[in-house]
Amino acid sequence: MLKMKKLASLLVATTLLGGLFAPGLMAQTSQEKGLEIAQQRKAHDLGWGDSVATTTMLLRNQNGDESLRKMRLKSLEVTDDGDKGLTIFDQPRDVKGTAFLNFSHANKPDDQWLYLPALKRVKRISSRNKSGPFMGSEFSYEDLSSFEIAKYRHNFLRDEAINGEDSFVVEQIPTDKNSGYTKMLVWIDKSHYRVHKVDFYDRKRTLLKTLKFEDYKLYLDKYWRSQLMKMVNHQTGKSTDFATQKLTFKTGLTDKDFNKATLKRAR
Amino acid sequence: MNRLTKTALTTALVSGLMLSFGATAESELTGKVVGQSRFFSHSGADPRQADNQLSLALEAVWYSSWNDDMDSVVFKPFFRFDSEDDERQHGDIRELFWLHVGDGWELRTGINKVYWGVTESQHLVDVINQTDRIESVDGEQKLGQPMVHLSLLKDWGTIDAFVLPGFREPRFASAEGRFRPPLPIADHDSQFESSAGNGHVDFALRWSHTIEDWDVGLSYFDGTNRDADFIPTVIPQDGVSQLVLTPYYAQMQQFGVDVQATIESWLWKFEAIYRDTDVESFTSVTAGFEYTIVGIFDSVWDLGLLTEYQFDQRDDLIIVPGQNDLFFGSRIAFNDEDGSELLIGVVQDLDDSGSRSGLLEASSRINDNWKWRVDAWFFQTDEANDISYSLRRDDFVQLSLEYYF
Repeated sequence: MLKMKKLASLLVATTLLGGLFAPGLMAQTSQEKGLEIAQQRKAHDLGWGDSVATTTMLLRNQNGDESLRKMRLKSLEVTDDGDKGLTIFDQPRDVKGTAFLNFSHANKPDDQWLYLPALKRVKRISSRNKSGPFMGSEFSYEDLSSFEIAKYRHNFLRDEAINGEDSFVVEQIPTDKNSGYTKMLVWIDKSHYRVHKVDFYDRKRTLLKTLKFEDYKLYLDKYWRSQLMKMVNHQTGKSTDFATQKLTFKTGLTDKDFNKATLKRAR
Repeated sequence: MNRLTKTALTTALVSGLMLSFGATAESELTGKVVGQSRFFSHSGADPRQADNQLSLALEAVWYSSWNDDMDSVVFKPFFRFDSEDDERQHGDIRELFWLHVGDGWELRTGINKVYWGVTESQHLVDVINQTDRIESVDGEQKLGQPMVHLSLLKDWGTIDAFVLPGFREPRFASAEGRFRPPLPIADHDSQFESSAGNGHVDFALRWSHTIEDWDVGLSYFDGTNRDADFIPTVIPQDGVSQLVLTPYYAQMQQFGVDVQATIESWLWKFEAIYRDTDVESFTSVTAGFEYTIVGIFDSVWDLGLLTEYQFDQRDDLIIVPGQNDLFFGSRIAFNDEDGSELLIGVVQDLDDSGSRSGLLEASSRINDNWKWRVDAWFFQTDEANDISYSLRRDDFVQLSLEYYF
């Protein structure tokens, strides 16, 4: 009897909803398509588990002066929330041994700790500063945090070819008021849902930076990773190349490798 | 020192043995050399004290790991050459320990340094290591402490248990050195409450945990007080009687609490201790906040504003610095490729409007290996009983050039 009732109300609800959204079924709105693309992008990158990467950042100023950063990144995929990351700095020499622990979250501010080797001190820091430069580079903290659907409102804009690939152009509007951006335009290819380019618009809604993803490589037959990310700041003329030298998946890292104790002994 | 050398040798031997069993050991040597020049704005309160001071410090770190990084050894020696102050020409083994990482536990054996706490203007709960008193004006440089340190990592927090064999006696500035009281400190004739002297074995226990936005620590320490009481003593020297201050190290039990709440742009900080010795029992507190404004003046600069209140139950002005004092500071991170930073701060005595001290710290990279640093301090007081009275002529600017390898 109860089952029958439930079924009946479900039928009524479906009919009502169908009636309401009938036009939507005919023509998907740009928001719906944008969200669908974001969900596909996320789905294409599920299950990578954990990874260890050796990376460099080459900072270039408007005069062409260069400065190199070296870092190692340990990452752990967290289902239903943002990922966990441990970054160990090797260069410049004066910050060698400094380590950064980040628990990113989809719906609330990230948890972040910094280890300062000179004092052997672990310091919890405010993640409010997501728009600030990472290590003096053109990448901000938010540019390097994991992609989570809830961090943005998504709008499909148009189809466009980029790097010889049929792509979607999607507008992402950050939901966090502390973001340094008012919007981002993202080029995502249709074949593997890989990001090829991002245009970042600052708080004054003017074009601030462009990020290009190059040298995509396939890992574990499923996960595409760009080996070279080039960020250019249009307003200052500075640029940063973020390169991955070595990347290994499924290294056996677990939740136990991401806490204040492992931060203290990160080498 | 003998005991320390023994501990160091044992550690080295143990690690050497472990090393020989390890399949592949990975080693690296890094460190820094710092050339430093200090200029004092006034001649010393004692004419023997130097007006400027040159020094060169070396700190190396040798690290080796094996067994897939589950075992490692760190050796960190330090030495400073000083042009004026014989006591400031000194060396120390900052670290020489073997770390073994187990499943849910870590064991560190040897000489090491441990940091506890959250506040910036003073560090009350941080009690494991003795402060290197001739190395640092701000008390942030520490002497290496022999220890066996076990950490247990649980879902409900981290437990750190320490056995600390032996006490590190700090050295104080010589007659030519600055930052000292008018009377010489007889730091080679220290007195101890414990019959074991500087060989007393101390114990410490700490629980720490992160609960959402809160980082919390509770600690207990039982052993030799890191802070000395100074007893005026008459000693014969070259056939003449001389008045000196003899350090007396009591036994103490100390409870400590440290809490930080990280909420949006605010870091709320609280540290408190209750210390019990045969001389006195008291409570001391530091509490305040750090608020960061991101991207001031439409730039990429971050401006941090710090305020901390320091309270100490003791009335003795001579030995207690933060009794009823307020610290204001401002930190600017320029977020440039050179990592430039500026910190300025003032500690104002609320009981005596004429007593305050201030600091400035600025630093920036020159290139990948070189860095410059400027530190400046001033001390003001008209209260002859205040701890900073003996520092009233010790305002200084210090220039450092650092080479990292």
